[in-house]
Amino acid sequence: MDIVGVLPLDVAGTIIVLWLALGLLGLALQGSPHLIANVIFPAGAFASLALSATGLWALGTVANIAVLPLGLPDLPLHLRLDPLSAFFLILLGGASFGVSLFSAGYFRSMQGGALGLLCLQYHLFLAGMALVLLADDAYMFMVAWETMALSSYFLVTTDHHVPDIRKAGFLYLLVAHVGAIAILLSFGVMQGGQGIGAYTFAAMREAHLSVFWSSVAFLLALFGFGAKAGVLPLHVWLPEAHPAAPSPVSALMSGVMLKTAIYGILRVTFDLLDAQQWWWGGLTLALGLLTAVFGVMFAAVQGDMKRLLAYSSIENIGLLLVGIGLAIIFHVYGKDALAALSLTAALYHSLNHTFFKSLLFIGTGAILHATGERNMGRLGGLIHKMPWAAALMLVGVLAIAGLPPLNGFVSEWLLLQAFLLSPGLPNSYINMLIPVAAAVIALAAALAAYVMVKFYGIIFLGQPREQALEHAHDAGIWERIGLGWLAFGCVVLGLAPVAVVQQLDMVTQMLIGEGLGNAAGGWLFLTPVDTERASYSPVFFLMAVLGVMLVTVLVVHRFYHGRLRRGPAWDCGFPAQTARMQDTAEGFGQPIRRIFEPFFKIESELPGAFDTHPRYHGRSDDRIWFFFYLPIKRITERLSSWAALLQHGRIHLYLSYTFVTLVVLLAFV
Amino acid sequence: MENTNPTLGILFQLYQSLLVVLLAPLLTGWVNQCRAWLQNRSGPGLLQPFRTLRKLFHKDAVIAHNASPLFRVTPYILFGCMWLAAAIIPIIAVDLPFSPAADVIALVGVFALARMFIALAAMDIGTAFGSLGARREMLVSFLAEPALLMVLFSASLISHSTQLPRIVEVLAHQQFVLYPSLAFAALAFVIVLLAENARIPVDNPSTHLELTMIHEAMILEYSARHLALIEWAGSLKLFAYISLGIALFFPHGIAEVGNWGAVPAAILALLGKLLLAGAGLALLETLLAKMRIFRAPEFLGTAFLLAVLGLLIHFLLGA
Repeated sequence: MDIVGVLPLDVAGTIIVLWLALGLLGLALQGSPHLIANVIFPAGAFASLALSATGLWALGTVANIAVLPLGLPDLPLHLRLDPLSAFFLILLGGASFGVSLFSAGYFRSMQGGALGLLCLQYHLFLAGMALVLLADDAYMFMVAWETMALSSYFLVTTDHHVPDIRKAGFLYLLVAHVGAIAILLSFGVMQGGQGIGAYTFAAMREAHLSVFWSSVAFLLALFGFGAKAGVLPLHVWLPEAHPAAPSPVSALMSGVMLKTAIYGILRVTFDLLDAQQWWWGGLTLALGLLTAVFGVMFAAVQGDMKRLLAYSSIENIGLLLVGIGLAIIFHVYGKDALAALSLTAALYHSLNHTFFKSLLFIGTGAILHATGERNMGRLGGLIHKMPWAAALMLVGVLAIAGLPPLNGFVSEWLLLQAFLLSPGLPNSYINMLIPVAAAVIALAAALAAYVMVKFYGIIFLGQPREQALEHAHDAGIWERIGLGWLAFGCVVLGLAPVAVVQQLDMVTQMLIGEGLGNAAGGWLFLTPVDTERASYSPVFFLMAVLGVMLVTVLVVHRFYHGRLRRGPAWDCGFPAQTARMQDTAEGFGQPIRRIFEPFFKIESELPGAFDTHPRYHGRSDDRIWFFFYLPIKRITERLSSWAALLQHGRIHLYLSYTFVTLVVLLAFV
Repeated sequence: MENTNPTLGILFQLYQSLLVVLLAPLLTGWVNQCRAWLQNRSGPGLLQPFRTLRKLFHKDAVIAHNASPLFRVTPYILFGCMWLAAAIIPIIAVDLPFSPAADVIALVGVFALARMFIALAAMDIGTAFGSLGARREMLVSFLAEPALLMVLFSASLISHSTQLPRIVEVLAHQQFVLYPSLAFAALAFVIVLLAENARIPVDNPSTHLELTMIHEAMILEYSARHLALIEWAGSLKLFAYISLGIALFFPHGIAEVGNWGAVPAAILALLGKLLLAGAGLALLETLLAKMRIFRAPEFLGTAFLLAVLGLLIHFLLGA
């Protein structure tokens, strides 16, 4: 299906070059920030849209391969666009279209020089992510991976004069590089000692490793990509770095960059290693469950709206890993139809999470612009001041809470169906794990609704908690378009699951040789197995609820009356009601903190009964930081202080080290 | 589902939808009446919920100055969701053409959608009680919802389907077997029913005492037609839960596919079951005492564990 000899890969490559050119142009146009905001970012956005369309086109074609005459001597760069890459390109393009349009409005108030640099880093980041998806050899992959990591580091530290942001950026850089080393080692293992030509993915697919070495490669890849995705216990950087970045960048990092890690796991596990051991799946599943519950629990107690969203991203990554883990287990036991179902659920959820998380993150950007406040305890009542942002973000909130008929529900539905279909595996551990896992998923989904009621209710509803909120303004036109596009994506992905699943079939066909198919249900009903077993039709669902609502409105107003009066709030007759009496973010999260107390490291300071200036202070920290990271930090410091004993800054001492080394070596030779 | 007559099916779906919306307030009236009898009161009669609804519909709505559109649209969403839920649960016959649009997981989704909106609406005015109610409602539901899902999974695993008509068909019309996993599920379901319908011991539907109320705290600011719709939706929710319980645990008597002759008998059977279930609910509520709010998570945690235990038993014993 090539149009006059042009392949999807050529188009994708052109778009990447275009992004780089736009970034450089932005740097050159430092003097005119208006031009950068109103021309370069929208142009980049349309390139994103084109990339998305290219991905859709490439899903239906055979894999395109290209060898670029770039890179080191005798190490040319290999690119490949297959259905797996194509799917993630759609995801990248689809989300970054909305985010770039939003950025056009969001960054308009920045200074020229800073904006030019940011524009370059932003487009470099996009190009890096696209190249990660297209890379077909370890060298190219690592170059793209590092480009992505470094450009996002500079984006995170955009406000580098704030010490906390510098610290967050450093932590991010550190974990990203520990992860990158693991990925590099994993590629080294997969290359199987075949010499220099074997660094391409094609050679890795051919290298038949022993069980031991392929397991080592899998574990290294899981560690490396897990560090990028924020899998427990490598998540610590995520709630620091994602909120520190400017909101559009947070949206890209949470919405898209985390998915490149998911892409990496899928590429290594299914494509390069062809999932061989059931415990790979069991491990992935267990890590996913821990990550999901941990993420949502911590999201519930956050007071900062961007940190809350970052923890919610950790939860969603957990859900994705659960789907992937199930797919590995089923695939190993030869139940490929079920593996296709779980993998479809995971891919679908990746797409969904990209849309709703980007939407919510840029939404927090709009709020930040309007109020200058990230702390939810100082917001409130914004639905009146920012009706557009409130309405569009409501879509995202409902979607992320997994409610029908929006998109979050579809992927949760598919995942739960995969659990329900699973009995009868020849492994009793897995048979025990699966019902517990289903229960944990259900719990995480229900807690996500709690978190989202808190997020939306505290920010948008109620009375303004501060005087300054009186001057809040709604999102501008670019911002509205960006928010609107992502909200539209959530609705479409929710209402047309059959069309989406048909596209996802191409990916599952490639990875496990089996698609879901939807022959029985037609275009209205999603039926992953058969109509007797399970079906869901969001269109009918929506029509029914809307129909009943319409009839009710008409009947109530026709037979009775529509009279309405406004008065002061009733509140059980309590007259002295102030905005301070509403729940704060901490107050709303208090039940969760109390129920799951052992999981948090809680520090709180309660005022006494006769305190004249009562002050409440509470903090819930992550125990993992104290039990895992701080000891590692102490050990590292101890070791480096020993190493420092060698250093005295005197040249004759160093010369004598060299002399001793030579003597020792001579003794061996 | 083969050998069904589509026109008859659609007519029947409409009939059931009308039936549930009228029966639901009667069921609430019956529960209240039984409770009154058990407490040695004479009770207001079965039709009292209808009288209340009529009174509320005639009043002028008063809403707070800072109520947003979300606040005004929520009662309609709530009513629509609950009506939909009650309409797709097979209680008389399994021919429900609308049922394939939403299976049991979607049913849990409908309840969650309604809950999300009422919790948000409760926070909309910005009163202390509103956010207190929303917080407590979400607290109760984050344990009740997964428990309900696990209960439904137990039934789904036995019938190899998440479609309610199919579940009912398998459980009611195949050879009679006792499933231990369903016994656990039934116990968990009763707890979830009490919690989700704002019943004693988790909540008390007939109090406005600040320290204890959950559901009532959320709807304090509503009046007139909005309140009427919320009350009606509450009745529909109770009706939906009780009919879900009937469909899962006592499905005998529900008419088979295409067997329209059995429908009159099925309606009588349904009425009998509803009377019994309502009386049972009233008895439970009279015997139990309201518990402190932080005991509720333990109570619901028990339900969750019971339901998961049921599921594990199914996976391990295959029963």
